[in-house]
Amino acid sequence: MFTAYLKTAFFALILTAFATAQAQDNHGDVDHHEQVVTDGGKVNTKEEIKSYIEHHLQDSHDFHLFSYTNDANERKHIGFPLPVMVWSSAGPKFFLSSKFHHDDNAQVLVKEGDATFFKLHSKIYELESGAAAVSYDGDHHPSNAHKVFDFSITKSVFGLLAVGLIIFLLFRSLARQYKIRSIPTGVGRVLEPLVLYVRDEIARPNIGENKYRKFMPYLLTVFFLIWISNLLGLTPFGFNITGQIAITSCLALFTFFIVQFSANKDYWKHIFWMPDVPVLMKIVLIPIELLGIFTKPFSLLIRLFANITAGHFVVMSLIALMITLKAQFGAVVSTGLSVVLTLFISVIEVLVAFLQAFIFTMLSSLFIGMAVAEHDHHEHAGTEEDDVDEVRERFI
Amino acid sequence: MNLLEDFSPGLFFMQAIILIILIVLLGKFAWKPILSALSEREEGIESALKAAENAKLEMARLEASNEAAAQDARAQRDEMLKDAREIKEQMIADAAGQAQEKADNIIASAQEAIESEKKAALADIKSQVADLSLDIAEKVTRKELSEKDAQLALIDKMLAEANI
Amino acid sequence: MEGTLNLIGAGLIVIGGGLGLGQIGGKAMEAIARQPEAAGKIQTAMIIIGALLEGLAFGALILGS
Repeated sequence: MFTAYLKTAFFALILTAFATAQAQDNHGDVDHHEQVVTDGGKVNTKEEIKSYIEHHLQDSHDFHLFSYTNDANERKHIGFPLPVMVWSSAGPKFFLSSKFHHDDNAQVLVKEGDATFFKLHSKIYELESGAAAVSYDGDHHPSNAHKVFDFSITKSVFGLLAVGLIIFLLFRSLARQYKIRSIPTGVGRVLEPLVLYVRDEIARPNIGENKYRKFMPYLLTVFFLIWISNLLGLTPFGFNITGQIAITSCLALFTFFIVQFSANKDYWKHIFWMPDVPVLMKIVLIPIELLGIFTKPFSLLIRLFANITAGHFVVMSLIALMITLKAQFGAVVSTGLSVVLTLFISVIEVLVAFLQAFIFTMLSSLFIGMAVAEHDHHEHAGTEEDDVDEVRERFI
Repeated sequence: MNLLEDFSPGLFFMQAIILIILIVLLGKFAWKPILSALSEREEGIESALKAAENAKLEMARLEASNEAAAQDARAQRDEMLKDAREIKEQMIADAAGQAQEKADNIIASAQEAIESEKKAALADIKSQVADLSLDIAEKVTRKELSEKDAQLALIDKMLAEANI
Repeated sequence: MEGTLNLIGAGLIVIGGGLGLGQIGGKAMEAIARQPEAAGKIQTAMIIIGALLEGLAFGALILGS
């Protein structure tokens, strides 16, 4: 990916090695950097940058690092295709995304058996039978095609699998170490405090000493999945895993179901018949409390999605400064400004990556803790604690 | 940016599957052994600390009893020393008394002996004096009858003889 | 026109969020200054409330855009 490629010269080196090894189309030893910058007319105007960033923020069906135009004026793409798996009107279809030839504007039609597919803005559509070309309605939506259930190994799914594999290998090795010695060495020495942190700072105080054990696998998995995904999103590979609303929705939905299924009698009582409150108030409170059940996970999914999306957007916009400010300040100043600002924001993003994982896990355990807590509210009705709980619930 | 349009059901589905698999796999192969090892270790540390605390208490207790025993022994020793000193003094005093008595006895008997010797000597002297006096008186009486000068000479002579 | 209104709305959201975050941060600083030994707990609570506020603001931003 071009903007990510520009991020640092260091990463570019590693990337080039990686990309050339995986390149679809063979090409000679070309100075990619030179090519991309002088490659005029590609991503130079504000609108192009904006659409480029939006394209990055969306999921994609191939692993695409960057593109360039060679001397013969051919567009070259560095990356590798990923398998497309869709459920069309003609049943499940499997093919490689290279069949779309990097097209994202419904130009290339792929025929698979009885079904014809095309890709528009990172979404795969199936053409209605009988139609030969895509036609659009007034809102630039295809009128003679419909979306298919697309469970492809997209870039995000690929990233998720990679993150899952990384987590599994890391913690499996840590778990193995405990069989030999009680204090781990090497990487385990870094991982163990993280596990302890999740257990002692997040789960224990929020869920309670007696009940936290049951939820540890979920909390630990989610914490590390979000954290590593966030960090992977900061690398020039251009993943945007936790910036996909489907993924954050899924995570929030898991928390939602875990909260509802582990909730005890007190929790439901607090929702449907709040104790120590006048009857009229109870009736007013029911819809508010019911709404609260859904707003809590909703705020979880929006927060993670928005933070990561905003982070990627800001980083990419700052990288684009070197192009947008070039006319005003010249190449050196605009590039320097861009590098300094991007570095600054990237450091903050590293912090945000951790913070969002922490907050997601923290709030999940807080909600679980609320659901499994045993209240003894009858003795001290309307005390400070209850007020805090209520305010917190409304706030969320 | 339209969120609903952006939402991909397929991605959601894949994520759900991956997440479930991850939770199960990690729970079984990673989190469970890690957490149990951690809590085991913590329990081990806790019990070790408790054992150390107990050992410390035991040590303190032992030390205290040792101290008491030492105190006892010291007191006993002092007592014994005191006794011994008393006995010694007693013995010295006794011996001194006995010696004194014996000496006194010896002195007394010596004095008695001297006294009796003296008495005997005096008695002896007395009897001799008496004899001498008798002798002198006899001689004097005899000479007086003969001559006056001769008497006087005799007395002188006898006195010279009787020079004690 | 709609784009301008969106921008104004975003600005309002940012102002509101900024005020809220400022309040949280300032009060947390005061609290830490008053009780430095409770700094850890205060920071955690501060981050949680900050996150809740941020979720609210981001929610508004995204629904508005």
